[in-house]
This record gives sequence, structure tokens and C-alpha cells, in this order.
Amino acid sequence: MSQSKVIGFAPGGEDTVTIYERSQPGRRAFVAPPIDVPEAPLEELIPQSERRAEAPALPEVSEPEIVRHFNNLSKNNFDLDTGFYPLGSCTMKHNPKVNERVAAFPGHARLHPAQEARYAQGALELMSRLGRALAEVAGLPHVSLQPSAGSHGELAGLLLTRAYHDDRGEPRTKVLTPDTAHGTNPATVRMAGYEVVKVGTAPDGGVDLDDLRRKADGETACLMLTNPNTLGLFDRNISEIARIVHDAGATLYYDGANLNAVMGISRPGDMGFDIVHFNLHKTFSQPHGGGGPGAGPIAVSDRIEPFLPRPQVVEVDPGNGTAPVYDLDLVRPKSIGRLRGFAGNFGVFVRSYAYICSLGGDGLREASDAAVLNANYLKARLAEPGIGEHLPIAFDRPCMHEFVLSGQGARRNLGVKTLDIAKRLLDHRVHPPTVYFPLLVDEAMLIEPTETEPKERLDGFVEAVRAVLEEAAEDPEVARGAPYTTPVRRLDEAGAARRPVVRQPPAGAEPPGDPGDARQVTSGSL
Amino acid sequence: MAAEQSYPEGLLYHPEHDWARLEGEEGTFGITWFAQDSLGEVVFFDPPSVGTQIKKDEPYAEVESVKAVSDVIAPLSGEIVAVNEALGDEPGAVNEDPYGEGWMVRVRLSDPSERDSLLDREAYEQLVQES
Repeated sequence: MSQSKVIGFAPGGEDTVTIYERSQPGRRAFVAPPIDVPEAPLEELIPQSERRAEAPALPEVSEPEIVRHFNNLSKNNFDLDTGFYPLGSCTMKHNPKVNERVAAFPGHARLHPAQEARYAQGALELMSRLGRALAEVAGLPHVSLQPSAGSHGELAGLLLTRAYHDDRGEPRTKVLTPDTAHGTNPATVRMAGYEVVKVGTAPDGGVDLDDLRRKADGETACLMLTNPNTLGLFDRNISEIARIVHDAGATLYYDGANLNAVMGISRPGDMGFDIVHFNLHKTFSQPHGGGGPGAGPIAVSDRIEPFLPRPQVVEVDPGNGTAPVYDLDLVRPKSIGRLRGFAGNFGVFVRSYAYICSLGGDGLREASDAAVLNANYLKARLAEPGIGEHLPIAFDRPCMHEFVLSGQGARRNLGVKTLDIAKRLLDHRVHPPTVYFPLLVDEAMLIEPTETEPKERLDGFVEAVRAVLEEAAEDPEVARGAPYTTPVRRLDEAGAARRPVVRQPPAGAEPPGDPGDARQVTSGSL
Repeated sequence: MAAEQSYPEGLLYHPEHDWARLEGEEGTFGITWFAQDSLGEVVFFDPPSVGTQIKKDEPYAEVESVKAVSDVIAPLSGEIVAVNEALGDEPGAVNEDPYGEGWMVRVRLSDPSERDSLLDREAYEQLVQES
């Protein structure tokens, strides 16, 4: 058993003590009541071959120490409930708490995933209604809720594309992605067995139409597009793009990452897209991350529908004047098959359905309007003297829900890079924007404030950025050494990639590296 | 420790921020100080295999930094005769010594006339200042 550490009272003293280091032999958070049934020896209950030789090294900790441990860990996290989080392309909007309450209703939370359809009518009805709402937002008639993440939705989209071309007896080999695309797009192309062909960007920030015309040919299976794109710009040539792609016989795929800009305003289906994926954790207020399950539903046009994953939730009219019943349609001969077990991550569907119902169609549109307004307000304020000369806007035209600044000016004028500015913002209690993406823009900073931030919060961000730049003009070393107030300081990202430590060292072993050393290595060199 | 900004005399430069050092029929290729500085700390170099034919202006290798994975563009065409195996263990040499220990491949050149389209030090420095 490991040597236990003295737990300090200095600020941050609690942070570094792991749950294993708090362990003391025999200490307990819970004492079971005496058993009131005859005791049977373990050997009689579980065969020797199934029993482990040694007990697992679990921490032995009292209840208050467990509570402190996890409570302190949670304070080390920066989250949306703590502060402003303008992480571009991630749509870090507030997740209304009512969604959590609804998802926790026992009828939702305790439903068994293997429940037969006839005993899960309410759940299937909710899924059917969510699908209809998403179909309305997409402007495409058919929805599958199966994909479990945006990337999974992308993969589903390309598998559907492959099935569509194969069914016509016209298999194809290439998929086009713009050079502004999310990294998942080319990765998905390879996962689906296609070759990636990059399409360039025109001076106005949209797709380079000439380049697209050159590259869209009889081998092109699909163009994957985000609109508005990752520069936060709506591609005004979308009708022409759709025409070029369809004339080549390819499908047009809509990456829904930026759907938060256009809900209820313009519909991908009307623009000519064949397949759309939704990121419920971005647009429809499902909490991000946390290691929990996700959902990346897809909506498709009539010509793609026969290939949708099975089962599909279907509404059946019993024909006797009673209410419709819901069922899972397993008989889909052209389907690409199942993409996951059971019916999807149901709690996610409940939260997003609750969100859609509480806003309604007009509310969704208002959310997008406010997201675009907030982004344009912030863009204008960040162009003010004292900021704009150091962080010029990459493509100067009205943006949608996000926009890209270039840190080129700050690098040249002040000797600090985008990474230094991002790290210093942490000391101002702001989560930094997305940095170094899109790759097209030098020293890029991608900022998405979302619709749920009040003006005062946006103004506060502007002042934080201004303060960081003013300070860098006085002494760039401060930003280069930042952050100073976070639980861990600047991490050795290069060391982590070059010499990754992929195992938790056994209890009592020396830690693999001292964060202090890492700080010295990277400070000023990156 | 990152290198100081420099663009040595005597090298030929490609506008995609690659350099070539010519020795008779062969050339040694790498990326410039500007390229490594833009990439940030290099964590992985994925070289082509010896014998591969590479073509001017087209990618022949990948370099991964803490920010992104980037293609490395061939300044000239030819056949790979050697790759810098040491970068496998020490990819940081690209940052520390981009024109020396950080070299990437040696190539038997196939078209001597191609070199006329590359930039000399002065022209490349001009390009870097404008970018």
C-alpha cells in the first residue's frame, strides 16, 4: 500500500493529491449492515478460474475525503457554468437546466434499452417527433437518429453515398472537401474508403468555383461542405455549388457543425444538400463532452432514404380511428445496416427534444439571429484601435455565428503568438477561442460567442483581449509564460506527443514527469 | 531550444518554405526557419521510403507539430536516395537546426533545369517579409 501524503492547506494544495494518495488501509466511506442471510464462501459461488488472485488496488477513503476530492477536481475544470467559452466551431451555448430535469424523469431515465417497442411507445413517439423537428430544420424529409456523434453522422453520410452510387451501378472513388473543412471531414473520407480531394478557397472566403469545376468529375462521389463554413462565412454561391456537384452525379453533404447560424432562416435541403448531420451537443443544447454518450442524427433526401440505417422509427396508423402506434422498422432491404446497438442515446434525444419544444420554431430562429448578432457585435468591437491592428479579421465581411482573426499582427508588432494570447486569456477567467484553426489563416483565432451571452459578457471579453495586448506591448514575456493562475501552467505539448505516457503509473511509483520541468522546457520556445 | 531566424546563402528556396542544397547530381531537402517557426514544435516526421520518385511542387512527406499535420513540398523532382532516420527519435532537430541536423531527405535529381525556378536567399527573404 502506498505511503499516504499529508494533505496541504495552501491554495492549490488539495489539487495534487490523488484519490490513491488519500488512501489508508481499512478506511471506509460506508459500512454495510450485518448480513441477515446465511453466508456462503466465495469459492462456492464463483469458480476459482473466474476469481482474481489479488484484490484490486482500490483507494480506501472516508466519505468527507471523497467528497472533497471530487469537489476540488470539479473546481479545476473550466466550464460553461463557470465562465465565457467562445470556442469557435464548438457552439458552447448554455444548456438549459430544464432539459436535465426532463431527461431525468424516471419514465425516460429508467427505460430499459431492450424494451419491446409496444412497451416503449412514449419513447418511440419522442424519437419520431424529434426526427420530424430535425427534418423541418434541415428541409429534408427523412431522419435517422442512430449515429452517435457528428463524426459518426459523417461516416453514415458517406456510407449512404456509397450505397447510393453502388445501387445505380456507378461506384465512385473520390470525395471533395474544401481546404477550410473540419479535420473530421477528410478523416471520414478515408474511413469510408474514399480518396480525399481538396478544393481551394476563393478570395471572398467561399469555395473556389473554378477549382470545384475542375475537380468535380465522374469519379466524384460527394462534396462535403459546411455552410456557413469554418471562417464563419455563408457561401453565397451555394446554389451554383449544388448545381456543379449534382451535374457531376455526386451527392452534396452538409456538415451541421455550424447549423446554429441558420436555424429557421435557411434550410440545407433548400440549398440542394442531400445529406445533413446534426450535432445535438452544439445546436440543440446537449451538454458537450464529459465522456458521456452523444448523438449525430442525419437527415436525407428521398433518393438517399432507401439506404438509411435500420431500424427506423416508424409511425403506424392502426386504421381503426385510434391514435397512431410506433414501431421499429427492421425490414429495409437496401439499408446500410445498423450503426450502433439499441436505439441510440435516448437521454440525448430527450434533452434536444425538450430544447426544441421550449423554443419552438420562432425561438430557434431567434436563437440563430442572436448568435449571428452577437458574433458581429464582437467582431466589430475587436476591430477597435488597440486590438484590430494586432488581431486583424481574416475575411472582412459580415460574419455568421463566428469569425476568424489572425494573430499575425500581434506576432509581428508585439512578439507574442496566438497561443500566448490564448494562454494569457485563461488568467482573465475566459476560455480561449479555438486557435490555429482553420489552417488557412495564419495564427488563426476562431471566435464563437453564441446567442446565450449577454452584451456585458462580450464587452468583458473585449477588455480582456485588450488588456492582454496592452500588457504584451509593455512586456511580451508575461504572455509567453502564461497561464499563471490555472491548476496546471503551460503544458509541454511537444513532450506529450514525443514521449507520451499512456499508463497510470502503479500506486506509489514516481510520477513520470514534473510539471515544473515541462514549464521550463516550453516557456518562451513556443 | 529553437534556432535563431536565418536563411543561409547558397541554398535554393521554394515558395512553400522548403530549401534545397545542391551537390552535383544530388540535392538535400528540408524546411526553412520560417516553416518550422510557423509549425511550432515538431513532434513527428513521416518520411517517404528510399527509392520513391518525388515530383517538384508536390508533397513527399508529412510533418506533424503540436498545431497540425502538414505536407512537405518537394522543391525539385527526383528519386529519394536517403532519409534522415535520426528525425524518428529526435523530430525536434527540425526546430533546433533546420538547415543542418534537421535535413529531411537526399534526392538524386531528375531534371536539372527545374532549379532555375527556385528562389535565392534574397528573393526568399523578400517573400517571407511580405507574408
